[in-house]
Amino acid sequence: MPETKILYNPGHTACGGCGQAIAARLVIEAAGENTIIVNNTGCLEVFTTKYPESAWGVPFIHSLFENAGAVASGVESALKFLGKKEGTNVIAQAGDGGTADIGLQALSGMWERGHDILSVCYDNEAYMNTGIQRSGLTPFDSNTTTSPTGKESFGNPKMKKPVPEIARAHGIPYVATASVAFVRDLQNKVKKAISIKGPKYIQIHVPCPLGWRHEGAQTVTVARAAIETGLYPIFEYVNGELAGVQKIKPKPVEEYLKLQGRFKHLLKAPEQIKKIQEIADNNIKKYGLKLEA
Amino acid sequence: MKKFIEGSYAVAEAVKLCRPGVVSAYPITPQTHIVEGLAQFVADGELKAEFVNVESEHSAASAVLGAVATGVRAFTSSSSQGLLLMTEVIFNIAGMRLPLVLACANRAVSAPINIWNDQQDVMTIRDSGWILLFAENIQEVIDLHIQAYRISEDHSIMLPVMVNLDGYILTHGLEVADMPSQEQVDKFLPPYKPLYKLDTSDPMTLGCLAMPEHYMEARVAIQKTQEAALDFIPKVAGEFKKVFGRESGGLVEAYKIEDAKQVIVAMGSIVGTIKETVDELRAQGKKVGVLKLITYRPFPKQAILNALKNVPEIAVVDKSISLGSNSPLYTDLTSAFIGQDKVSKISGFVLGLGGRDITKDSIKQVFDKLSGKQVDCEFIDVKKELLEEEYAGN
Amino acid sequence: MFGPLVAKPKSSRKNKTGSWRIDVKPKFLQKNCIACNMCVMICPENCISGKEKNTYKNDPDYCKGCGLCAFICPKKDIEMIPEGEK
Repeated sequence: MPETKILYNPGHTACGGCGQAIAARLVIEAAGENTIIVNNTGCLEVFTTKYPESAWGVPFIHSLFENAGAVASGVESALKFLGKKEGTNVIAQAGDGGTADIGLQALSGMWERGHDILSVCYDNEAYMNTGIQRSGLTPFDSNTTTSPTGKESFGNPKMKKPVPEIARAHGIPYVATASVAFVRDLQNKVKKAISIKGPKYIQIHVPCPLGWRHEGAQTVTVARAAIETGLYPIFEYVNGELAGVQKIKPKPVEEYLKLQGRFKHLLKAPEQIKKIQEIADNNIKKYGLKLEA
Repeated sequence: MKKFIEGSYAVAEAVKLCRPGVVSAYPITPQTHIVEGLAQFVADGELKAEFVNVESEHSAASAVLGAVATGVRAFTSSSSQGLLLMTEVIFNIAGMRLPLVLACANRAVSAPINIWNDQQDVMTIRDSGWILLFAENIQEVIDLHIQAYRISEDHSIMLPVMVNLDGYILTHGLEVADMPSQEQVDKFLPPYKPLYKLDTSDPMTLGCLAMPEHYMEARVAIQKTQEAALDFIPKVAGEFKKVFGRESGGLVEAYKIEDAKQVIVAMGSIVGTIKETVDELRAQGKKVGVLKLITYRPFPKQAILNALKNVPEIAVVDKSISLGSNSPLYTDLTSAFIGQDKVSKISGFVLGLGGRDITKDSIKQVFDKLSGKQVDCEFIDVKKELLEEEYAGN
Repeated sequence: MFGPLVAKPKSSRKNKTGSWRIDVKPKFLQKNCIACNMCVMICPENCISGKEKNTYKNDPDYCKGCGLCAFICPKKDIEMIPEGEK
């Protein structure tokens, strides 16, 4: 490929083994060069666009922390006005904080108005760019700096906000979860999403070696374990109907927790592990994850 | 064509003539008629634009940011709490050097909540790098919007422009004004040609992270451009006169100040009341005048000094206050006199907050008080009995 | 006139992140490779290239030594070796 056509270039300053760096690259390569990216503030934007260096080979705009949904709505409307929307993809992307917390309003408005935009959430389960703080997508009992473990705490006391369900409730035609554990599935979902007209949402599980406390080389192992324990269900909602569920032979949640420093305090707390196993079991039931013999 | 028109609908029609491609809309009193007017034009096919009903003012500003970044002329409007909510986007748009026109229906800020006119809202963003224009009457409201696009999109400027019109007084007032024709506006305002944009055929990255080695120059560049605008804004007013046949816009307007002993400096619709008061006092032999600021940012320091150099007593009348200090216009104006050989007596007065009525008597009070001791910040027409309300604990 | 605002595409290539490596680097054995392309897809730096079997290699100017390529190769045709070794 001639150098200018590379859509995501090396030289960016992500940590080695960063899950988000892998996923962001796979997303833009699946979407192709006729794509405009609108990105909220977060790790991705910071490590790919430090002036004067940019890793992006497609048009890219970063505005603020919470408004990718709204800026993308403006970009898409402008393309419609110019008669150029056909054949141009618009992707609004953000981390979990920028999607589920501060960015939720703008996304909700964009979904409700029916813009032809793919929204992507890089879910590394905390505000990583600012140093590992708890977000609405931080899982139960995760150790973050604003939900730390301590004499009276096992970490984050809340469950993940069900953003895919919220997206589905808006009546948008395509919602999916994906993971860097399965790169071809991720790219297929991106390609499928952009072939559908209207608002789409893909939430991608991206391990963060620094925040989750594991080696960079373990990124794929950790991502796989999340899926295999049922803690991160992989599925699609096509026009609101559950489809494309990734079936698993469920492993006990310890197989996932023991890989990461952010959960190591639980290995001496069987009561907490039981609660987390319940979360996994509920997911398995709700999405029909179990592979029948 | 002369029309008897409400200010908000005049904005909508003037903006329609400027051919925006994307309009974002969120309601807030008293600007709502502006976006409603535009919605009707789109619904009737008179304005070919994408009309985006956003879910908050923050998103209204963000959507037009995205549209302009994609190379399409855009418009939105807001007021008071809405302007405060979109404040970070306001700074973002100027920082990214994206041309845009926004109509602000000036209104008081909460708390307490109040929907009537003063200029506190726009003062919160006076540091943002936006060019700030103030309209005195509905004719100016129309003319300034058209000039605003021309100023904003020029490659020597590339800064967003806010046209301020006093809420209710101008937005809901009706006046006879000349609405230009589409041909005139097309002659005056060429299509928007972006300097850089989101385009898959020429990709670039906008909104980068700027480290300490790089950030400062971006701000210095805006400051330099604001200085350049001091020459460019009158140039645009000159071009406007050639096409539309009337004096409109520019930096300041001097009214009967040549031999004045006392001059009030003010912005917005209050100038209309002041002009009438000046006429009455002149008929009684008093040598008074008013200097209207049409452009507040960039601050037209030289134009003001030129106009006021022989005036012994100057009153600044402001519909806003920087709490804990003086009114913003007073602070800007007094600093203009630093280092000058002759410094007039300058007193600051604050009127009309929260829509408190301003009458010719209020203005006469100002001229009277100006004759007395110099004051930095005196409030006019204050109700003493309300100030004495107290809340005693149990 | 505007100062630092817009960055051009591929300009991140100026930053040679290969200098980040301290312990290990990948060695592409080019013996049993089946050209499945998984190493290319998993590299967070996008610095692995190759077309036919046994032609895959990384760009040491950018490789941060994370080891994901070695992990993912189904044929174990990539090894992580100490940084000093050839």
